[in-house]
Amino acid sequence: MFRIDFNKLRFLVCDDNPHMRRILRTLLHSFGAREVYESEDGATALEMYSHYVPDIVITDWSMPIFDGLELAQMIRQPDSKGNPYAPIIMLTGHSEKRRVTVARDAGVTEFLAKPISAKGLYQRILNVVANPRPFIKTKTYFGPDRRRNTANAYIGPERRIGGEVEVMQQPSLLDKARSTV
Amino acid sequence: MAKSKSATVQISTFADHHVITQPNPLRNVLRRVAERDLDDPIARAEKALAGLSGEFKNWMTIEADRLSDAHAAILRDGFTDVTREELFRAAHDIKGDAATFGFPSAGAAAESLCRIIEHAPDLDEVPSNLIAHHINAIQAIVRERTKLDTAATAGELSKQLRGIADVFLTHANRDRPEHLEAVLAPSIAPAE
Repeated sequence: MFRIDFNKLRFLVCDDNPHMRRILRTLLHSFGAREVYESEDGATALEMYSHYVPDIVITDWSMPIFDGLELAQMIRQPDSKGNPYAPIIMLTGHSEKRRVTVARDAGVTEFLAKPISAKGLYQRILNVVANPRPFIKTKTYFGPDRRRNTANAYIGPERRIGGEVEVMQQPSLLDKARSTV
Repeated sequence: MAKSKSATVQISTFADHHVITQPNPLRNVLRRVAERDLDDPIARAEKALAGLSGEFKNWMTIEADRLSDAHAAILRDGFTDVTREELFRAAHDIKGDAATFGFPSAGAAAESLCRIIEHAPDLDEVPSNLIAHHINAIQAIVRERTKLDTAATAGELSKQLRGIADVFLTHANRDRPEHLEAVLAPSIAPAE
């Protein structure tokens, strides 16, 4: 059995509702987290993201200035100076399946529909810590692999074109991002 | 913040996409514990949340008043981008927060109101009572919670409102298949 050392993790929480931020802060601190930075809108969150280089971002969807979806899109810029790989957990009152798809296509790592629970939040964090997915870069998408099911039972149209594989090794962009802070 | 040893990224390039794999940068925060480890972070967090519960009624009253203020602005100025957005945002916050604060029926009524705002083809054509009844119901549920048998009444009230709103939205969107599909789709919100 594994536990997460939350005191080694740095969180950025973005929600315009002060009550929800208080709930999140309480949950994260009681899990053991010490570093929890908070923002009430997407623009401030983006600034804090560059400044604090959090390990995990937890964001609401619906917010003023720019929303959580736009925040995810701004973070997932493969050529940005910051870290485009940080796990993003979208915590939202939106509860329609199509919203999950839109969030996924913006590069969100995990989707958590409100009402929030300690168990639901813990499980999402455990998932991004223990089971990170590779990133996919296409002309129109950069983010965690949207194919969670690794079984070869997929029978739909193949949208990825194979061809020759060229494998390159390069220094981690994450390390590069951290070294500039 | 999690520190990891310097790692390399492996990039596999295909015809139309790249697969980027890097060693898990957060692997160092995982710790193996005994199966019978007594420390339960989830129970600890639930207890901490329960410690906040004394404030929930006050928070919920603030949220409900914000909704009423947004509605008052609409009655005064009509539906504009600003007034619509504020009404939606206030209802949406209650939809997300209310169950956590111990007011699940208020959350259900707020969800129904969100659906009206999001899917009505023209908000000026929505019967004004339909919106007002949702807001009055949320206020009543929040303020009358301590009375006996209100939980069942509140649940029934939210259910009735949702039923009426769904009939309206289904009819109003009969020629808008995308909205109709969204109106009829099941919610993915966790069950209470």
